[in-house]
Amino acid sequence: MINYIIRRLLYVLPVLIGVNILTFVLFFVVNTPDDMARMQLGDKYVSQSAVDNWKQQRGYDLPLLWNEQAKGLQQVQQTIFFKKSIGLFVFDLGISDNGRDIVADISQRMWPSLAIAIPSLILGVLVNITFALLLIFYRGSYLEFVGVFTCVALMSISGLFYIIAGQYFVGKLLALTPISGYAPGMDAFKFIVLPVFIGVIGGLGSGVRWYRSLFLEEASKDYVRTAKAKGLSELQVLFKHVLKNALIPILTGIVVILPLLFMGSLITESFFGIPGLGSYTIDAIASQDFAIVRSMVFLGSFLYIIGLLLTDISYTLVDPRVRLN
Amino acid sequence: MLSLLWTDYLVFALLIGVVLLVLNTRNKAHLRRPWQTVFDNTVGMVSLSVLLMFLLLGLLDSTRLERPILLDSGQTSKQTEVLSVLDMILSPIRIGYEKTYSAPFAHTAYAKEIVLDNTGQKQWLYPRLRLGGAHLSNPNKDKAGDIAQKSLKGLGQGVLVWLALVSLVLFFSKDCSYRALSKGKKTLLFSLLGIFCIMAVLANLAPYYHILGTDKVGEDVLYQAVKSIRTGLVIGALTSIVMLPIAISLGLLAGFFRGWVDDLIQYIYTTLSSVPGVLLIAAAILMAQVYMTNNPELFTTVDDRADMRLLLLCLILGMTSWTGLCRLLRAETLKIREMDYVLAAQALGVSRLKILKRHVLPNVMHLVMITVVLDFSGLVLAEAVLSYINIGVDPSSYSWGNMINSSRLEMARDPVVWWSLSAAFIFMFSLVLAVNLFADVVRDAFDPRSHN
Repeated sequence: MINYIIRRLLYVLPVLIGVNILTFVLFFVVNTPDDMARMQLGDKYVSQSAVDNWKQQRGYDLPLLWNEQAKGLQQVQQTIFFKKSIGLFVFDLGISDNGRDIVADISQRMWPSLAIAIPSLILGVLVNITFALLLIFYRGSYLEFVGVFTCVALMSISGLFYIIAGQYFVGKLLALTPISGYAPGMDAFKFIVLPVFIGVIGGLGSGVRWYRSLFLEEASKDYVRTAKAKGLSELQVLFKHVLKNALIPILTGIVVILPLLFMGSLITESFFGIPGLGSYTIDAIASQDFAIVRSMVFLGSFLYIIGLLLTDISYTLVDPRVRLN
Repeated sequence: MLSLLWTDYLVFALLIGVVLLVLNTRNKAHLRRPWQTVFDNTVGMVSLSVLLMFLLLGLLDSTRLERPILLDSGQTSKQTEVLSVLDMILSPIRIGYEKTYSAPFAHTAYAKEIVLDNTGQKQWLYPRLRLGGAHLSNPNKDKAGDIAQKSLKGLGQGVLVWLALVSLVLFFSKDCSYRALSKGKKTLLFSLLGIFCIMAVLANLAPYYHILGTDKVGEDVLYQAVKSIRTGLVIGALTSIVMLPIAISLGLLAGFFRGWVDDLIQYIYTTLSSVPGVLLIAAAILMAQVYMTNNPELFTTVDDRADMRLLLLCLILGMTSWTGLCRLLRAETLKIREMDYVLAAQALGVSRLKILKRHVLPNVMHLVMITVVLDFSGLVLAEAVLSYINIGVDPSSYSWGNMINSSRLEMARDPVVWWSLSAAFIFMFSLVLAVNLFADVVRDAFDPRSHN
C-alpha cells in the first residue's frame, strides 16, 4: 500500500512540472513582461522608464530563462523562470501585482470558501441521492417520466438564473436572508444559507440524473434480480443492495472534488460578495493581476491532482477487487 | 456584396460538412436505423425542429452583406455598412430604438421627463415612445384590442402558411394522403405549426411594439436576444470543430498503439485537464487582450476585433474540452483493438493506419456524436458565465451572457427591470433544453446498451 502511494506520488511530479511550464509559457512567453506593463499602466502613452520601474518593482526585469550577466548558479537562479515558477513548487507564491502577500491572502480567504462549499456538497449529495432513489423506486411510472423531464429542464437553466432569481425572491421580496455579504464566526450562518440553498438547487438536475444512472446500472444486475426473486421488498432491495453497492462510485466521485472545494465557486462568491478564494480569483482576473491568476492556476491544478490521487487510494481501500499493480 | 467574417466562413464550412455527412449517412443502413428511431421519437422531432429554427436564424445572421447606407433623404451615401440578412429582416426593431428602458408592450417610457405639451406648458410625465404604440392615438383604451387583433392576424397568417406547406408536402408525397406520412413527418409538421404561428405573431407585433421592452440605451431586447443566437451557436459548433480532430486522433492513437505513445498522450491530457478550465480560459483571454492592445493595426473594425475574440474563445474552449472525449475514445479503442475483426485484419496484413481508419474509427463515431451534442449545451451555458466574468465574448458583440452581464443590477431598480434578464434566460433556456432533449434521444438511439 505504502509503495503504491509513493509510486502514485512520483507520477504527480511530472504533471505538476507540465502545469508549471504551461503557465510559464502562457504568462511570460506569449506576451513579454513589457506588454503586461504597458497594458497595466495604460496602453500606448507610457514611457519606457515607467515600464522598467513597474517591472523592477515586481521582479519581472530579469531575463526569462538564462541570465548572461550573472555567474555560476546565479545564471539559472536570477531568471523569471526560477524566481516565479520554481517557487510555486514550495508554495512560495510571491507577492501580488498590487503588493500583497499571496500566501497570506489565500490562507485567510479559504475559510469563507469552505464555509459555503462543504455544506453545499453534503446537502447536495444527500438531496440528489434521495431524489434519485425516489425516481428508481417509481421506475416505469408516470412520475418517473415527469421527474426525468424536470431534471433535464433544471439542467438547461443557466446557473446565473438560480442565483439572480434566488437573490431577488428570497433576499429582496421575502427578505428572509441578506442579499449578499459575509461576517466572520457564527454570524456567517445567515449569509451562508442562501448561497448553499442555491448551490443545491443549481446542482439538482445534473446530480439527480447522474445518481439515477448509477443506481439504474446497479439495479439491472443479476444479484438485484435474485434478491427480488427471493422475495425481498422493493425498498429493502433499494437500500440494502442497490444503494450499498452504488456507494463505491458515489464515494470516489466525491473524493475527486474534495480538494477543489478550497478553490471556492467563482460565480457564487462574486454574486454574494463572499470574501473567499473564488471572488479573489475573479477580482484578480478583473484587475488583471497576473501574479494571483498564475498562483491560482497552479494551486487549482495541484488540488485537482491530489483529488485524483485520493480517488485512486480510496478505490483500493473501498473495493478489494481493485488490485494494486 | 457578401462581406463575411472569419467565423462566418467557418460556420458555412461546417454547414457544408454536416450536409455531406448527412448525404453519406443516407446510404448506410446501420446508421440509418438509429436515426430512424430518433425521427420517430416525438420529443426528438420537436426538439430537432426547434434547433433547426435556431440554426436558420443563426445562418441568416452569418450571411453578411455590404451595402451603401440609406440616408434619411432617401439617397444612398457613399459609405457602406455591413448588415446581416437577419438585420435586414429585423429592420423595424433594429432602427426603432428608444431613449432608455421601456417595459414590454409599453407605450410610455420607464422614467418621467419634462415634456412641452401643445400649449407650451411644461409637464412632468411619462413621455410617449418613438416606436412602442406610436400608431395609437389613445393607447390606454385601444392598446389591448390592438395587440389582440394583431396577434390574431398573425395566428391566421401562420396557419395559412402552414396549410400551404402541408399541401405542398402532400402534393409531393407518394400517395397524397396525410395518413400515409410517417410519424416523424407528422410530428415535424405539427411543431412547424407552432413555430410558424409564433413567428407570424411576432412579425405582426414587432413593428408596432417592443415585445420584450428596451434596455438601458433604448435598444430593443427582442432584437438583442435574436442576434445572440448566432454567438451561442458559433461557440457550441466551432469549439467542436477545434476539439474533434485533437480528441479523435490522440484518443485513437493512444488506445491503438499503447506503449510510450499512450503514456505521452495520457500525460498531456492529465496535465491539461488538471488546470482549472475557467482559469486557463481567463489566462488565455488576458494574454489575448494584451496582444490585441499591443497590435491594434491587425484589427481595423470593432466587428473584426469582436470576431477574432470569438474565434479565440472557441479555440481556447476547444483546447480545454478535448480531454474528456479523448479519454473516452482511448478506453473504447483499447477494447476494439482486441476484437476479432481487428485481429483478422492484422493477420491479413492490412496496414495499421488503414485498420484505424476502416475498423476502429467507424466504431467509435457514435461516442463522438453523443459527446458533441452533449457538450454543445454545456458550451452555450458556459458562454454566459464567462461573459459574466468578462472573459467571454467581446463586450461589443451580442450574446446572452453580455445581456445578463449588462443588466445584472437591474433587479435592484424600482420598478424592477426584469425583461432583459428574462429574455436572455428564456432564449438560452429554450436552445439548451432543445439540445439536451435531442441529445438524450440521440444517445438512447445510438447507445448499444439501451437496445436490450
